[in-house]
Amino acid sequence: MLRLEKRPQPSKAWTWATPLLAVALTMVAGGILFALLGKDPFVAIRMIFFDPLFSEQFGAYSRPQLLIKAAPLILIAIGLAIGFRAGVWNIGAEGQYIIGALCGAGVALAFFPTPGWYIFPLMILAGAAGGFAWAMIPAILRTKFNTNEILVSLLLVYVAERILAAMSLGLMRNPDIAGFPGSRNLRHYPSAHNAEIIAGTGMHWGVVAAFIAVIFAYILLHRHILGFQVRLAGQAPRAARFAGVAPTRLVILCLGISGMLAGLAGMFEVSGPAGQVNIDFAVGYGFTAIIVAFLGRLHPVGIVLAGLLMALTYIGGELAQFMLRLPSASIQVFQGMLLFFLLAVDLLTNYRIRFARKEATA
Amino acid sequence: MSDQPLLSLKGLTKAYPGVVANDDVSFDIRPREVHALLGENGAGKSTLVKMIYGLVRPDSGIMAWNGQPYAPDNPATARQTGVGMVFQHFSLFDALDVAENIALGMDDPPPRRQLSRSIREVSQDYGLPLDPGRLVGELSAGERQRVEIVRCLLQNPRLLIMDEPTSVLTPQEVDILFATLRKLRDEGTAILYISHKLEEIRALCDTATVLRQGQKVATCDPRQKSARELAEMMVGKTLHQPERDTSASDDIVLEMRNLTLRSAHLFGTTLKDVSFALRRGEVLGIGGVAGNGQDELLAALSGEARSKRDALRMLGEPVGHLGPNARRAMGLLAAPEERLGHAAAPDMSLTENALLTAAWRQKLVRNGFVNWPRAQGFAEAVITRFDVRTPGPHVVARALSGGNLQKFVIGREISQEPEVLVVNQPTWGVDASAAAAIRQALLDLTARGGAVVLISQDLDEIMEIADRFAALNEGRLGTPRPTRGLTMEEIGLMLGGAGDMEVAHAQA
Amino acid sequence: MTGAELSSIALAPLIAALMIAATPIMLAAIGELVVEKSGVLNLGVEGMMITGAVCGFVFAVQTSNPYLAMLGAAAGAAVLALVFALLTQVLMANQVASGLALTLFGLGLSALIGQGYVGIQPPRTPKLDIPVLSDLPFLGRAVFSHDYMVYLSLALVGAVWYFLKYTRAGLILRAVGENHDAAHALGYRVRRVRILAIAFGGACAGLGGAYLSLIRVPQWTEGMTAGAGWIALALVVFASWRPWRVVLGAYLFGGILVLQLTLQVVGVRIPVEYLAMSPYLITILVLVIMSSGRARASLAAPGSLNRPFFASG
Repeated sequence: MLRLEKRPQPSKAWTWATPLLAVALTMVAGGILFALLGKDPFVAIRMIFFDPLFSEQFGAYSRPQLLIKAAPLILIAIGLAIGFRAGVWNIGAEGQYIIGALCGAGVALAFFPTPGWYIFPLMILAGAAGGFAWAMIPAILRTKFNTNEILVSLLLVYVAERILAAMSLGLMRNPDIAGFPGSRNLRHYPSAHNAEIIAGTGMHWGVVAAFIAVIFAYILLHRHILGFQVRLAGQAPRAARFAGVAPTRLVILCLGISGMLAGLAGMFEVSGPAGQVNIDFAVGYGFTAIIVAFLGRLHPVGIVLAGLLMALTYIGGELAQFMLRLPSASIQVFQGMLLFFLLAVDLLTNYRIRFARKEATA
Repeated sequence: MSDQPLLSLKGLTKAYPGVVANDDVSFDIRPREVHALLGENGAGKSTLVKMIYGLVRPDSGIMAWNGQPYAPDNPATARQTGVGMVFQHFSLFDALDVAENIALGMDDPPPRRQLSRSIREVSQDYGLPLDPGRLVGELSAGERQRVEIVRCLLQNPRLLIMDEPTSVLTPQEVDILFATLRKLRDEGTAILYISHKLEEIRALCDTATVLRQGQKVATCDPRQKSARELAEMMVGKTLHQPERDTSASDDIVLEMRNLTLRSAHLFGTTLKDVSFALRRGEVLGIGGVAGNGQDELLAALSGEARSKRDALRMLGEPVGHLGPNARRAMGLLAAPEERLGHAAAPDMSLTENALLTAAWRQKLVRNGFVNWPRAQGFAEAVITRFDVRTPGPHVVARALSGGNLQKFVIGREISQEPEVLVVNQPTWGVDASAAAAIRQALLDLTARGGAVVLISQDLDEIMEIADRFAALNEGRLGTPRPTRGLTMEEIGLMLGGAGDMEVAHAQA
Repeated sequence: MTGAELSSIALAPLIAALMIAATPIMLAAIGELVVEKSGVLNLGVEGMMITGAVCGFVFAVQTSNPYLAMLGAAAGAAVLALVFALLTQVLMANQVASGLALTLFGLGLSALIGQGYVGIQPPRTPKLDIPVLSDLPFLGRAVFSHDYMVYLSLALVGAVWYFLKYTRAGLILRAVGENHDAAHALGYRVRRVRILAIAFGGACAGLGGAYLSLIRVPQWTEGMTAGAGWIALALVVFASWRPWRVVLGAYLFGGILVLQLTLQVVGVRIPVEYLAMSPYLITILVLVIMSSGRARASLAAPGSLNRPFFASG
């Protein structure tokens, strides 16, 4: 019989080892899944995890994609992680991402075709403000009416998706091309285009923003008293109140930061890699970022690594889809499994597994 | 026949990682006896009874029931054998009614209507009246205990285990309980009575087994021993008695005026029109049975619950509207009852826990940034000064024993040299030497001019160190009276909510 | 035509449609209610529903038997729920995170399983013709000529109500959800009770999902539950954890859904997208109303909801 025994102190070694173990287990389980789908598991795993970076054939295309895909994931996950640490569950980042993108693009389309250096900074502000405002809905409902922020933030994703559709088909539709949904392409509007800073690297302003967010989050969580209060509120809410942490302020802070970062991610995406507002704009970064946040153990540095890994599975997944005709949904399953395994092996951090001795009762 | 023990324990041993809870414990419980199990907190009493009740399995050793091997693997087996248990905590369901609670404790409960009838009958018979339809969350602590006792009695137990039953009762309620237990014994039920209160045991029990650090020290007749002898068996060494030197002045540091405050909890107690004044250098003891508003009073003082500006004044300034940190800045500090989760965060290190209340007062934070070396230094200072046994400040709070963590929590507040310190149950679940150290530290604080509000359910503790005593009853606070010369009977009347009038009457 | 006739013509199909629209969320919500009553918060309802939807669809197409398909849907979603049970009850993982994982995984898995089934017609589930009753004017059309699942879901709510209120097992389940430490001290198997409840909740969510893909729509499309699982979660709060109120809430919600669709069809001058977001907005509004004020629903929540249980000793 296996028996669990709570560790007196969480294990430092396992804290870092569990994500690696989870990735390894996911590769095994994923391999089995691919085999069941009739694909060679070794080829598939190699194609997902190694070829995008190291293959001569695909690397040139894939490598820049890594930063492009990782930036929104990291940006969103950083914000979510701060909230998750505090026990504030914003799971509607996808909605805040959409609204941020719509606000950012809205500014650009309003100025079109006027050139101006101030347009892109304004878009950044609008994107952040949009995500922030969308996140304030669950925040205010939670603090004023005690409404569960998990359900509200999530339900607002569906609302945001409908708004996105309405915008793509209505207000923001490109008036120059009849019959097609979607806005003007911002790539053709230099003042609003989030172009690569160094060509061929995938490095755009969103990557810079993600980098700043990581540093900001690290300082906040580990050096600033607010970060201490965030962690305290998540671990021991009653002790937090005793320490003078106002729960209301904390909910606003956490949802505000995560909404802002998600909004920024949306705005950098719509003005750069995506290029336009369209009905298929939202691809689920807001949800995948939840996995990234947990995989990175809610730690800024961990989130960077996790974000890069997750981006890799996206790119590798596309590659495998293209080369092996691996169904696109299998990557989603793969990512879901990763979170399962992560939650499962997390046990090792806080508990010790013992083989129970034979009961000595007569 | 009468020589046959009802339950016989031989060599029971149970070890947990890092601690041996019971080490080779053997004794017998006979029919028709009230058998005391005496020991300090942490002596292994709870583990022992959990083995008898089938909640924990011994590592080694055997038990026999009426001479037959007895090895219950769950409480249902124990109940079928004839063992009933009244828990100290954790066994009632607030949102369910009395009858449902009782049905849950029975293996084969009769239909609801019949059960309600027997609850009424049995509870009347034993002088513990109960309404089967009421929600348990709305009952007083004493009534809640009745639910547990009636639940056991309905199953006609041969052995009734009572775990610290009087800790939640007023002295008058204790008398009723003892009458019930004596009646049960006379009807043939054996009772295993767990307590650390010597006078109670001497008044009620026929036999006493004393445990110390998991081992049996002796089995004796408590009526043949003096309280002092029993105490020495239980503790093992002569205790350091706190030195007190009354230094109260007339200078009022803290004043609460007509405070009325709703509890934040569904089944909490509303504070009603509470007033008192605290003088520099005194210890004001606030006694009362659990659940009469202690947590709410602490929250109102610490700033977790805010009130009207003028309901609370500190050094003449209104502070009722201020939060905890603003009050700390003025010198009003607090240490709540619940160590893990309230006074300290279980999974955070002692350094982080030091920061929890001392961030600004000890200047551990500058411009919002935490000075971690300084925080660690403060934690280390508390550890040294208050003799907290731990490998160092990096250890998480939950890894400490109750007594050590409590020393850390109280030490953290005292080290900040408060003008007023509010403590709730400062020695609950703490071993005797740590308790003595904590009480001494509180007295030392008053000697330096601080004032202490001591909220405690332990009347002995209040009588030992408080200068004045007030009773908290259903959210109302009685008028404080000097502890010197106060008799147990008077205290009982104050606690029972008889009100100041009757006490005054008795005096007249 | 008299006014009575007019209303009976418009109202009967509306009520009929409402009952059908309400059935999937009612099924999912009554399952989640039992789970939450046992003290567990499973946020994976959406994932279990969509898994049920795809499992039911695949079973239906493969066996051509709509009844077996329902069983398959319940079983498939229950298996997924057991993964959640394993994580939260055995491996002590966080319930909120595990529930989210279940939803993310379920959405992916269903898409993977269902990729060969897009655009196929499932076998029809016949409507029950209840003799006499279905021939009644108005009521016959509105209430008494549905498929068996509509009635089964109502019966299930009744059964859950009876189970929780009058049976000993129901009492134990409530006790476990109210205070797991006390229940453990009395010798009840907290984990076992919760695992069973989670499996039941999964099966109900699966039935709800299959009702969508086999009867209401009836077709398989990726992500077809479109938030129904989350609305079911909100419904449990709306119902203050009382079974009959789930019926009330589900019918209210079904009414909004049908009304919104009717307005779309009639062609009111509001863009379709804005009409389509109304169910979510109204759910949020209902949540706000239910959770605010002194008589707030959260007070009725089971005492141990979303608190981890670890039996020491």
